[in-house]
Amino acid sequence: MSDLSGGFAEVAQQSARAFRAVLNAMARPGQLQQLEGAAPPAPLSPAAGAVLLTLVDQSTRLHLAPSHDTPEIRNWIAFHCGAPLSGAEEAAFALGAWEALQPVARFAMGTPDYPDRAATLIVEEAGSNPPNARLSGPGIETQVKAYLPDIAAFQANHAGFPLGFDCLFTARDTVFGLPRSSNVEAL
Amino acid sequence: MYVATKGGERAIDAAHDWLAEARRGDPAIPELSVAQIREQMSLAVNRVMAEGSLYDPDLAALAIKQARGDLIEAIFLIRAYRTTLPRFGASLPVETGAMAITRRISATFKDVPGGQVLGPTFDYTHRLLDFKLAAEGEVQQAGRKPADDQPAPHVLALLDRDGLMEPLAPSAAVPGDLTREPLEMPADRPLRLQALSRGDEGFVLSMAYSTQRGYGRTHAFVGELRIGSCAVEMEIPELGFSVEIGTVELSECETVNQFTGSKTEPAQFTRGYGLVFGQNERKSISMSLVDRALRWEELGEEDTGAPAQDAEFVLYHCDNIQATGFLEHIKLPHYVDFQSELELIRRLRKAAGASEREAAE
Amino acid sequence: MSKLTQDDIERRDRMGLLARATPTRLAELFPEIPAHALLRAPEAGAVMVRGRVGASGGPFNLGEMTVTRCSVRLEGGAVGHAYVQGRDKSHALRAAALDALGVAGSELVAPVLGALRAEEAARHTERAEKAAATKVEFFTMVRGEDQ
Repeated sequence: MSDLSGGFAEVAQQSARAFRAVLNAMARPGQLQQLEGAAPPAPLSPAAGAVLLTLVDQSTRLHLAPSHDTPEIRNWIAFHCGAPLSGAEEAAFALGAWEALQPVARFAMGTPDYPDRAATLIVEEAGSNPPNARLSGPGIETQVKAYLPDIAAFQANHAGFPLGFDCLFTARDTVFGLPRSSNVEAL
Repeated sequence: MYVATKGGERAIDAAHDWLAEARRGDPAIPELSVAQIREQMSLAVNRVMAEGSLYDPDLAALAIKQARGDLIEAIFLIRAYRTTLPRFGASLPVETGAMAITRRISATFKDVPGGQVLGPTFDYTHRLLDFKLAAEGEVQQAGRKPADDQPAPHVLALLDRDGLMEPLAPSAAVPGDLTREPLEMPADRPLRLQALSRGDEGFVLSMAYSTQRGYGRTHAFVGELRIGSCAVEMEIPELGFSVEIGTVELSECETVNQFTGSKTEPAQFTRGYGLVFGQNERKSISMSLVDRALRWEELGEEDTGAPAQDAEFVLYHCDNIQATGFLEHIKLPHYVDFQSELELIRRLRKAAGASEREAAE
Repeated sequence: MSKLTQDDIERRDRMGLLARATPTRLAELFPEIPAHALLRAPEAGAVMVRGRVGASGGPFNLGEMTVTRCSVRLEGGAVGHAYVQGRDKSHALRAAALDALGVAGSELVAPVLGALRAEEAARHTERAEKAAATKVEFFTMVRGEDQ
């Protein structure tokens, strides 16, 4: 097994810092946060690796979209997170490129009694694209601009609030959040 | 309602210092070590592990020392510590049939394969204070006899084989965990067993006793009580197979209960089940009686309105940490609440006085 | 679970023995930990212990136990894992190193495992003999009319 390195070297400190970064990402939608310390196998980004190390464990079912379903990534997740892999419908977390995660209607949206029982999608982005969307809502003072892979899908997701999935967009060592509470407009 | 009050810090610091001194007691008396508590107060340690819901004898002994022997306070400390531990996973179900037995008795069959083993029990002691223990001295050594390594299968399996026992449906479903998801009603049997196993021994005992006295009677016999150690095995994700990660001491009780049949079930024996960390047979017997009483609905029995049949009542009140937390909070400042009560009473009395005067006029 | 190889079976046996050993005894038997890289530094946590409803039915959550885990890679490249009861970090580190040595086929492992196995068997026998001494031997009184 050669996929066992690349976890946090200082588990307590790094996971606390990563948790704070993910918390900020969700509290401040659209604002980039640094997320370092993980060195997972490609194509998993360091930021997505750190999200997995911080949020995913034996008690959270994880769905790997085809873009990220490789033996190396499976082994890495088994060793570092121990998360059971599942289909999209049962997953608490899902990992993959936006296209590979389609159709997103499969994911858990929560229930009226328990809106928290919804999936969090970790969406891997290839590169830096110019912003195409304006976000507003809780955690955003006026508005913030971001690049989203699909405007209509996130508008539909917001329309179902308080139900809906939440997203973390990861690229290299950065992450930004798009909770279901954010209003999305095309630029 | 709560108000922030200031000015107590010095008093609190001094209270902590006095607590530490009081915990130590007379310094002329040698201090207790954690190892001494673990080895010589082992049944207290077992209770703290069972109700603290964390198997670690050293930690339980430390908690007892810190809590000055207040077991509920010690359980509180263990519950708080437990929440700081990352969870690596869940074990495979322990195989109690393969237990290395310390004690094993049946009240229903005299001759059981593997025999009746009394173990280190209080049952046949005379309950007379032993003043020899007040003086330190020689310890009686346990007797030895060659062991025959005869297997000791579960006694109820014998009845099972004859078809007289209600069948148990095997299930691979992931059981609910009340430490992760809030307990909701109706709670299924796995959840009820988890709640009872970590429930307060006194509460579960009293509930069980109430069923014996007729409040939800279930006619229980102790089919088998066994105490001993079991290996704990867990699937290791990075290996793809399971390994043993340790051993735990367990007390298990299976009751056989008379059941005359219902609209849905034939006449047969039914069972109650108790499984508890450590040597803790009173708790395991109590648990199996209460488990059986709570099963009235699935067996199509009558709801007699007995407390032990009321799952919501039993499960929401059996946890001594929840109970003591809510109970003890009422000693904390409620100055504003009480002010409003005081004002209300004064106003009512004033109004009553005024109407009396009016009536007199 | 896929079918276990002979190596897997040996590994299960080895990891189980090391997990059940006491930290002090393991330190006596294996004082020097070989050079290694930590893939997962010793980490204390908990495992939820499950029982079976009615001893033979479906699973339920009984309560947790403390467990410490550790993974190391030796200089030769062999990887070892440990999941051991309790909170002793050196216990987990020693167990992981011995597991890695076992994977590498080192001769250092057999004497340690042999000693642990013998001592465990002795403890098991002691308990079984004490239990046997408290085993009840019923005899039925002979009644007059049967004679």
